[in-house]
Amino acid sequence: MSFPWAKHYEPKHPLMKWVDDRLPMPRFVYNAVGAGYPVPRNLNYFWNFGVLAGAALAIQIVTGIVLAMHFHSSAASAFDSVEAIMRDVNAGWFLRYAHANGASMFLLVVYIHIARGLYYGSYKAPREMVWLLGVVIFLLIMATAFMGYVLPWGQMSFWGAQVITGFFSAIPGVGETIRIWLLGGYAPDDATLNRFFSLHYLLPFVIAGVIILHIWALHIPGSSNPTGVEVKGEQDTVPFHPYYTAKDGFGLGIFLLVFSLFIFFQPNLLGHPDNYIQANPLSTPAHIVPEWYFLPFYAILKSFTVDFIIPAKLWGVLAMFGSILLLFFLPWIDTSPVRSSNYRPTYRIFLIVLLLDVLLLGYVGGAEATPRNIILGQIAAAYYFLHFLVILPTVSAMERPRALPNSITEAVLTGKGGTSPQETAMNSVNPVAADKGL
Amino acid sequence: MATLDNADPQTDALAPRSDELADPRRRDYLSIAAVSFAGVGVGVIALPLINQMNPSADVLAQSTTEIDISKIESGQAIKSQFRKQPLFVRNLTPAEIAAADAVDIGDLRDPQTLEERTKAGKKNWLITLGVCTHLGCVPLGAGEGENKGPFGGYFCPCHGSAYDTAARIRQGPAPSNLHVPEYEFTSDTTVRVG
Repeated sequence: MSFPWAKHYEPKHPLMKWVDDRLPMPRFVYNAVGAGYPVPRNLNYFWNFGVLAGAALAIQIVTGIVLAMHFHSSAASAFDSVEAIMRDVNAGWFLRYAHANGASMFLLVVYIHIARGLYYGSYKAPREMVWLLGVVIFLLIMATAFMGYVLPWGQMSFWGAQVITGFFSAIPGVGETIRIWLLGGYAPDDATLNRFFSLHYLLPFVIAGVIILHIWALHIPGSSNPTGVEVKGEQDTVPFHPYYTAKDGFGLGIFLLVFSLFIFFQPNLLGHPDNYIQANPLSTPAHIVPEWYFLPFYAILKSFTVDFIIPAKLWGVLAMFGSILLLFFLPWIDTSPVRSSNYRPTYRIFLIVLLLDVLLLGYVGGAEATPRNIILGQIAAAYYFLHFLVILPTVSAMERPRALPNSITEAVLTGKGGTSPQETAMNSVNPVAADKGL
Repeated sequence: MATLDNADPQTDALAPRSDELADPRRRDYLSIAAVSFAGVGVGVIALPLINQMNPSADVLAQSTTEIDISKIESGQAIKSQFRKQPLFVRNLTPAEIAAADAVDIGDLRDPQTLEERTKAGKKNWLITLGVCTHLGCVPLGAGEGENKGPFGGYFCPCHGSAYDTAARIRQGPAPSNLHVPEYEFTSDTTVRVG
């Protein structure tokens, strides 16, 4: 579905007409990311991050396919083959650094994309399915990133695989059987490495498939916008091309600049020196930490130290998975009809506290398990769940939101595009708008 | 599809009235039987696809290991391997045995005596997997000069689980004692694990 005023694809060249009659692929693209897709006129730069995530996936697939041509998925030679890529393969160092840092860039833009969705209420009706598919993509990305990190078969790779598959041994009764089934042995070895390589190659294409569903679901109601007010007419939108292709292109340039800084100047900043030591099943590194993008979840896992009805280990694993599964219920936990946090003065503060809380969890996840850090992590983990299970429903029920603009165009023409809370605060003195709001 | 629930009177009126064709439930039975047959087939095909992930024959073949313990002095420990997992063989000192016996069993998270964790008459030989029962790291304490933790046994650096001189969990997130594998003394100086 699209808005009635969306431009229609009209092929001019006879060849394009011929193609359109037989396989309307160009028409499909035109309607998806071309002039045929009308988009709210007031999107800010936070709306770049979906396209950036898509670009990051494309970069990962291209560099990954090439790296797979040089990689040996065997416990005896995987580490050496990665070293050979770094030293002997032409431009191998560039491809590997691009792929390793590309994963970090991918997760970085995905986290900003998720935070955008949280702040502007993009998960609310009628876009719940977009959000649910997004959480599925997030889970798939995490699985793919984890399995990719195991492939170089360094110390962190090996012990990461040992610890993460160890989560499953927390399941009562069948846990150990499941762990051995996942590993194909009693400890990570050839069988583990090979199946992880196979799945690491497969999952990005599954992600690409779910992204198509994600965009399909998005295009039914159309994109949201910083005011959270739905599109009311043609004056509220501009065609995706050339307006947002240009804006996304600019954002992509900035993204690639930051990416280049990592590849060419700090390629190992986000990695761990221990992973340049070949896997040794008899020696655990003194300080095992996952990649930075898993640290908040690792902190939640580490926060459970005392048995309570069920073992502490099972609590930790349940809480860690629960912290992500909770996101599936977000569209129904948040009952406020107002989307954008710019118009939700109380929720806005709590949301910023939540984002800081996640950063604190990230810090604790990477820090050593000293008594101070454990308590800090327990408080931060408790707050994370408190936010979703108590604060968010309560605030949604009690908060008095600011007045919404009557339309996107009204917000834009009065210089209040909804992108800044201060601007919108001035808008709230208008009692007429207050009555019409919601 | 015509079933009893949504029978279409118009087309049914035109249909031949023979009992075979007029009874839509007969068609339902055929459909269900055909789909069930395919479903069972998919289930059967899925079995090998799932089972291939289990440890293969060569991995299972590594299930017994012989260890020479003649060189381990009292108070020393070695790290060996069993099924590609680290295995700790420790020759406990009388003081360590006394420390393990002095613990009140009721206070333990995973109550076991040192006797239950060793062989009769060989109470000084503590043989356990070197795999922390929390998330599978190798605890410290077997090597010379490694941190043995607050209870003098093993200490896991990953999440701070501490084990005592009988390798029983005493502190930290691990749920149970270090696992004691199946083993037997084939002579005074040789142990066969597995």
